[in-house]
Amino acid sequence: MTLAAATQLGAPGLETVGLTMRFGAFTALEDVSLRVAPGTVHALLGENGAGKSTLVKCVMGVQRPSAGQIMVGGREVEIGSPRDAHALGLGMVYQHFTLVPSLNAAENLVIARADAPSVIDWGKEREALEAFMDRMPFRAPLETPVGRLAAGERQRLEILKQLYLGRRFLILDEPTSVLTQAEADEALGYIRALAAEGRITVLMITHKFREVDAFCDEVTVLRRGRHAGGGRAADLSHEAMAEMMIGAPPARPPARTGRTPGAAALSVEGVRARDRSGLKSIDISALEVRAGEIVGIAGISGNGQMELVEALAGQRPKEAGRVAVMGAPFGATRGEASAHGVRWLPEEPLRNACAPGMSVAENVAFRAFDEGGRFWLSPSRLRRAAEPLVKAFNVKCASIDAPISTLSGGNVQRAALARELTGDVRLLICANPCFGLDFGAAGEIRARIAAARDAGAAVLLISEDLDEILDLADRVLVMSEGRIAYEAAAAAADRAEIGRRMAGKH
Amino acid sequence: MSGEELGLWGVPLAILAGAIRVSTPFLFVALGECLTERSGRINLGLEGTLIFGAMTAYAVAYETGSPWLGVGAAAFAGAGFGLVHGAICGLRGVNDIAIGIALMLLGMGLAFFFGKAYVQPVAPQLPAVPLGFWSDIPQVRAALEVNALFILGAILAVVMAWMFRATRAGLIVRVVGDGAEPARALGVDPLRVRTLATMAGGALSGVGGAHLSLYYPGSWNEGISSGQGLMAVALVIFARWSPVNCFWAALLFGGAGALGPALQSVGVTEGRHLFGAAPYLLTLGLLIAASSPARSLAGAPAALGFNR
Repeated sequence: MTLAAATQLGAPGLETVGLTMRFGAFTALEDVSLRVAPGTVHALLGENGAGKSTLVKCVMGVQRPSAGQIMVGGREVEIGSPRDAHALGLGMVYQHFTLVPSLNAAENLVIARADAPSVIDWGKEREALEAFMDRMPFRAPLETPVGRLAAGERQRLEILKQLYLGRRFLILDEPTSVLTQAEADEALGYIRALAAEGRITVLMITHKFREVDAFCDEVTVLRRGRHAGGGRAADLSHEAMAEMMIGAPPARPPARTGRTPGAAALSVEGVRARDRSGLKSIDISALEVRAGEIVGIAGISGNGQMELVEALAGQRPKEAGRVAVMGAPFGATRGEASAHGVRWLPEEPLRNACAPGMSVAENVAFRAFDEGGRFWLSPSRLRRAAEPLVKAFNVKCASIDAPISTLSGGNVQRAALARELTGDVRLLICANPCFGLDFGAAGEIRARIAAARDAGAAVLLISEDLDEILDLADRVLVMSEGRIAYEAAAAAADRAEIGRRMAGKH
Repeated sequence: MSGEELGLWGVPLAILAGAIRVSTPFLFVALGECLTERSGRINLGLEGTLIFGAMTAYAVAYETGSPWLGVGAAAFAGAGFGLVHGAICGLRGVNDIAIGIALMLLGMGLAFFFGKAYVQPVAPQLPAVPLGFWSDIPQVRAALEVNALFILGAILAVVMAWMFRATRAGLIVRVVGDGAEPARALGVDPLRVRTLATMAGGALSGVGGAHLSLYYPGSWNEGISSGQGLMAVALVIFARWSPVNCFWAALLFGGAGALGPALQSVGVTEGRHLFGAAPYLLTLGLLIAASSPARSLAGAPAALGFNR
């Protein structure tokens, strides 16, 4: 098959031939050949550590490949730095936003230009930006500080920025990981349309098969640094792709038990609290989680979910309302939490649930180290208690005496879960437990949360990943603008309706 | 109306005049700190820079006979302190607040050491602009005798606000203040920008010091600053990192500092020391009022130490 070098509108194709990247004795990428036809959306699948980001870094000139060639627009090119990549029209949209939060969109776009003028004539620039936005299929507000935009708007702006800078080959690194499904569909729809028009060529790193089906033309799968398979997206089933990714048939999500839930473990009445900015507030009129059920709260990030978690955990003062656990008023003290078996798994556990500089064993012991009111701690006793837990929860670490900050994200999450799910667990509150984890790790964490529910614990699961909530939860709630906007049993939950409620439409 | 009939009106007039006089060092240090903090660094050493600037300005003005050369020398010395702060903070694992405190003590120590010889001599003073020429009342004329540095500072506040909004350099300082990562993504070296911003901030503080020794109080001695350099840090937080707000905040602090002398001038001597403490009480009060456990400070550069 011969490839056209570029579309008529100038979007180039890209090809890697035998790309290899070695770091000392470790081979991150081995003989990977991949071909992205101009004007298409190409999915790059693979587990964490499969070599996706290494491949992308080589293409973007962040790293020099040990061997192999890169061809852009049909010609072999030497990409020594990101600057070279940009000059070739290659641009990257990172998973974590690179827009500057305190600058508004117009400032972000202008300052990103290599030829940004030293004195900016805002009148002229605004006019040019408006004209640019008019040519695009979607727009973004120019005057609002980016930090105040919703995640979907920011993602759109990231893409607009690449186009504004004249990039015609875009690499998107999990572009939808911070978006709701509706936002993701919208953004990817635009990307797909731009590609179909021949304006851009896209290489998209993703974990989500649904997006591959709906928006991608072709697929390449990497596993352990090697090309593990690929083909036309339409020809590949989910099972086939998953098998290419993990090398074995995927584990099934845990089935629901179908038991009726027990007594109310957590009840929240009329809780009001200010949010981080102090400008908005959350207002939860009623929320109940019963023993043996998982209640999932879906929502776009920044709609008060984290404030709710903080208010429950006593990290955020409540202005009004009542929180009760097992029928008793709950003030989130350590004593109350241990008396009622209340456990937490906050988001970003390394920051919010661990002491990063302390050892794995010490971190795992935080719930139980002072049981029995002892004054002197015995490090060997802590280590003896931690060892079986670390093993049981499959925490991979060089040593349990290593600082927990040296562990990978999945292993920190497992270590935090090991602590929180040990002992008498009657209420578990977790927020985005699988954020940033790969397939295998996420599946395992979800199975453990489901197992806790099956053992009779009440679980409140707050997640921005709607799939996760629909997979796990027995009851689905949607939070929007600080309020509960929707509630349904999981079996009766309607994806489209949930999406509308998340977006604040009624 | 003659001067004697001014009566109680003398108090606000004296406060205004005092505010303009006293606020100038606040203004310069605050603008310098504002610039430094917008780039994501805190320089607590500005108190030392201020005192060293005061000494340098006085010494150079005395030796050369030109107060403006003294101001230039103070700015240069201040930039030097900024460079040291910026360069040390560029090393791995160095805390900018700790370095700032060390430099504050170093600046004061060096100023006292080199300044011993200049306690007695009298240096030429900076000129004042008579903005009260339209009035017949001598008190009004005296009150509106505005020093040139104050006017310069006021212009500078507006220029700095414009710079943050509409120049490449200003936007880049704001980008760096939001974090090193976004800056690197733009191909900007955050270390360089922060060092330059700290140098510029130091230079402005040096000029603030020159005002102390060359205009008001207008002499060099070891007690010349009463913590203006430190209070300016609080002032920047209160001003929400906006240069124009820094100007108003500096006037407010200056006014608080002038409260005691103004009341004294109309014969209120009761609680003189209490009024003398007004600026410090104001600092404390404003910091409490401006902070809240439940929300983060709006407008604070994200890379600043206390937001990390």
